[in-house]
Amino acid sequence: MASAAAARPPYVERFTLTERLLHWVHASAFFVLLASGLLLYLPSLSTAVGRRPLVKDVHFWTGISWAGAILLVAALGNRRALAQTVREIDRFDRDDQRFLSGHTSAPQGRFNAGQKLNAILTAAFALLFFVSGLLLWYGERDTRFRLDGTVFLHDALMYVSIVVVIGHLYLSLVHPSTRHALRGMTLGTVRADWAHAHHAKWKPQRNTSAPPTP
Amino acid sequence: MTDRDDLPESPREDPDARRLGRAAFLGVVGAGVTTLFYGKAISGVTSRVTHPLSDATGLTRLIPSSGWRIYTVADSMPTFDPATWRLRIDGLVDRPTEVTYADLLTLPKAEQVSTFHCVTGWVVDNVRWGGVRFHDLLARAGPLPAAGALHFVSAEKPYDDYLDLRQVALRDVMLAYEMDGKPLPREHGAPARIVIPEMYGYKNVKWVERIALVPKTGAGYWEQRGYDADAWVGRSNGYG
Repeated sequence: MASAAAARPPYVERFTLTERLLHWVHASAFFVLLASGLLLYLPSLSTAVGRRPLVKDVHFWTGISWAGAILLVAALGNRRALAQTVREIDRFDRDDQRFLSGHTSAPQGRFNAGQKLNAILTAAFALLFFVSGLLLWYGERDTRFRLDGTVFLHDALMYVSIVVVIGHLYLSLVHPSTRHALRGMTLGTVRADWAHAHHAKWKPQRNTSAPPTP
Repeated sequence: MTDRDDLPESPREDPDARRLGRAAFLGVVGAGVTTLFYGKAISGVTSRVTHPLSDATGLTRLIPSSGWRIYTVADSMPTFDPATWRLRIDGLVDRPTEVTYADLLTLPKAEQVSTFHCVTGWVVDNVRWGGVRFHDLLARAGPLPAAGALHFVSAEKPYDDYLDLRQVALRDVMLAYEMDGKPLPREHGAPARIVIPEMYGYKNVKWVERIALVPKTGAGYWEQRGYDADAWVGRSNGYG
């Protein structure tokens, strides 16, 4: 990359189709689960809407389909790309630690440290939502599986998730310097100069003018 | 789907990069799993903090911070019309009776403050109930000696449940028509519900429209789905 500055391609690939599919499967399921869950949870909404058995079915089967779809995409998609992503998210170097302590100018890789934390929290919450949700469902059928804190955990995850998602939506849709990242999660590519400015330690290898394959 | 070589390049192998992601993931999962077992203690603390806060900000109606969750089994909640509502008391009685809402309010009124326990784990402390003791209510119809239990039929079909005569004679069991100083709200079973604080919420039948005196208890809505008939708080349904 000797003449990189001049020859820098306008766009570089940030996310493979597999990563984007995972993101959008998770995002759409989250909002369906949130909406149906709030209908079940908030007294004013439960009273206004009713049809609890139907809403319960929607909530339950969305949860099952979400978990199945996530596993399916991970199993059939580009596992090499996913493994690489996991590897990057796992590692926090000194610049990441500086970034998290407020020095957002610290040079970052393909994921900045905040994005890594968001991904870690999302994955952990997904697992906890699924486990506590299954326990809520199964505990209704077998009291041995009705634990003391299942309801509390499921509710607490919901409250924290709403805060995290609002922050995520702000950064990806509103905040001027970061909202370009949305392009990476929809089309897969981002502007090379933006990548360089925001993710200086990430060295995307080459432009992908052709649509990326999974 | 083919493997590709043009993956984004891995970040420079920084020698001081630490694998904190995995630790953070496992830490959050571990903390979450822990709350499965200690959630009730934690939620007791958090509700003490959030309850006064949401009361002050008027969020109580919106967020179930006061602890209530509304569980229903039918597509819509029964509606209450004071003019047409009747509570039928029949079965093993001398005089099958229909009680109007106005009649109900003329019966000797009992009041109490008690704690409501849901079998799923949430608890509402210090609920103020107003209503009628079963002794006074049943006197209207005159139970026969053969009667051993009450079958409560809800206007929310197909919900029903049973309590035996000794259970309804406990000193804080009532047919409640007031909650926290106001007529029972629709979502809490307007106009009248069973209150038996010693047992989990599913025995506290809402929207009661018929009480049949029967020889003995049977399996109500949740009992048919595996729940205990004698739903003593802390001593049933896998607790205790």
